[in-house]
Amino acid sequence: MTKTERRELAAGLLFISPWAAGFLIFCLYPLLQAARLSLADYSVLSAPVYIGLENYRLLLRDELFWQSVLNTFWFAAFSVPIGAIVPLSLALLLNFNLPGRDLFRTVFFLPSLLPLVCLGVLWQWLLNGDIGLINSFLRPACEAFSALLGTPLRPPNWLSDPAWTKPALLIAGAWTTGNAVVIYLAGLQDVPRHLYEAAEIDGASPLQRFRHVTLPMLSPVIYFNGVMSVIGSLQVFGLSYVLTGGGDGPDRSLLFMATYVYRRAFDYWDMGYACALGLVLFLIVLTVTLLAHFVGRRFTHYESK
Amino acid sequence: MKTAARPLAPVRRLCVYTLLVLGAIVFITPFLWMLSTSLKPLRATMSFPPEWIPAPPQWANYPEAMRTMGPFFRYAGNTLLLCVLSVGGTVLSSTLAAYGFARLSWPGRDKVFILVLATMMIPFPVVMVPIYALFRDLGWIGTFRPLWVPTLFAGAFNVFLLRQFFLTIPRELSEAARIDGCNEWGILWRVIIPLSKPALLVVALFQFMATWNDFLGPLIYLTDQNDYTLALGLQAFQSKSGGTAWNLLMAASTLISLPVIVLFFFTQRTFVEGIATTGGKN
Repeated sequence: MTKTERRELAAGLLFISPWAAGFLIFCLYPLLQAARLSLADYSVLSAPVYIGLENYRLLLRDELFWQSVLNTFWFAAFSVPIGAIVPLSLALLLNFNLPGRDLFRTVFFLPSLLPLVCLGVLWQWLLNGDIGLINSFLRPACEAFSALLGTPLRPPNWLSDPAWTKPALLIAGAWTTGNAVVIYLAGLQDVPRHLYEAAEIDGASPLQRFRHVTLPMLSPVIYFNGVMSVIGSLQVFGLSYVLTGGGDGPDRSLLFMATYVYRRAFDYWDMGYACALGLVLFLIVLTVTLLAHFVGRRFTHYESK
Repeated sequence: MKTAARPLAPVRRLCVYTLLVLGAIVFITPFLWMLSTSLKPLRATMSFPPEWIPAPPQWANYPEAMRTMGPFFRYAGNTLLLCVLSVGGTVLSSTLAAYGFARLSWPGRDKVFILVLATMMIPFPVVMVPIYALFRDLGWIGTFRPLWVPTLFAGAFNVFLLRQFFLTIPRELSEAARIDGCNEWGILWRVIIPLSKPALLVVALFQFMATWNDFLGPLIYLTDQNDYTLALGLQAFQSKSGGTAWNLLMAASTLISLPVIVLFFFTQRTFVEGIATTGGKN
């Protein structure tokens, strides 16, 4: 290394030192420490007692763990597509550039500003089985259908019926896709106009233009957001936590992997086991993300610049 | 290239508007219901069919909600203090780090930057326990420190955002300042920062919102009710009331959401552009 290079390196490291220190203290150290503690019986209050792979052995036979894995994948399987389709449709509508567009965009964006706790309290109220607003819309519809079909049909007991808690969570989640709307709209605005014109001259219908111009041009944005939303939905916790008032839903239907880590850590003070759970969650996130990355790549179109 | 849309045929225009209006109704209704409920007497929250305009509006619900939540103004003060500290910490630390990644060339820089991006993938639950144990060993549980001191250590997302912005500033400006005798601090302070105000504002806004809205951090680290933030205070109020006093819960929710919504309206343009740049076009 030459003298200039050494000086440059020193300057560079000096400027990035806040990040570098943070990386060591809040990323690397905790990761290594989590790996160590996952081999221990540890309650924070006393020193860890090392028990080898016992936590992992327990984990494999732990029904709650498997339930949390299933719940998480069930949720992610729906929330990732919904998290792409809803905001993309709204962004496509906004992209017609009609007067009042900014007002509509603001309306779609507003929900994602709400503090998580407010979101939870509000949706508990909206989804209340007896007096919630949503069911007060559904009830007349259900009654009409009941009369028509001859079988009684009732609006769902969203938050107390285990079959309906996950759809409830998906609805509340879909309401807060404002960030993605803004991102997709920005992506749509960047699609060069001449591509549409060329397609039109070639006689492409609006649907064909969407399929062969919009989608390929937007694919890097969709791909990036898709991967981020996979990572996010595998770690789902906050919204379900507040929606259930700090619980995991009837029959543990909203017990997700991250919820279970939190429960083990701060409800049972079973920190060693929580670390083992956390690491398994990390491995799952890593595997699925890499998978999504490789699958996504194949369908992503990059402009060569 | 910006697209200048050609006028749509009237029928299609009507279709698009209809869909937009339907979407807007779906998105705005929960807000209106929150507001409407917050102004009702408790009895009226249970009426069917739903009553949209409470007559007369129960403005007294608001002071009552504040009283029932606990020391409301204390919570607000705690929240604001945390917001100020963490916004300051974040802006300071991520500016420095982003400058190191965007404007200085040093061996290994781009490899290290990939590491920055990779850290965004680490799930919080994995590191939660060791970080908690660390703060416990420091004796920081039950203080504000675990909630703001980490912002002094540039978070990956903000470093990424600022780096992208710093990269767009022409190299020649730095060179000119260097010839005029500026060292790196001088260039950062006199050239980069004045040109990056919008990006810095975005980082500050995002951090403000994150701190204002955060409840998991306060839930884990705060032990004394007097130290609660607004979000945690609402969470405690909600689990205490068991979800019955919906009018008061909605009044409290409205009060806590209002500041962020007002802030958004004043900074909308910057905000929206900031989010658009996080979309990962590259």
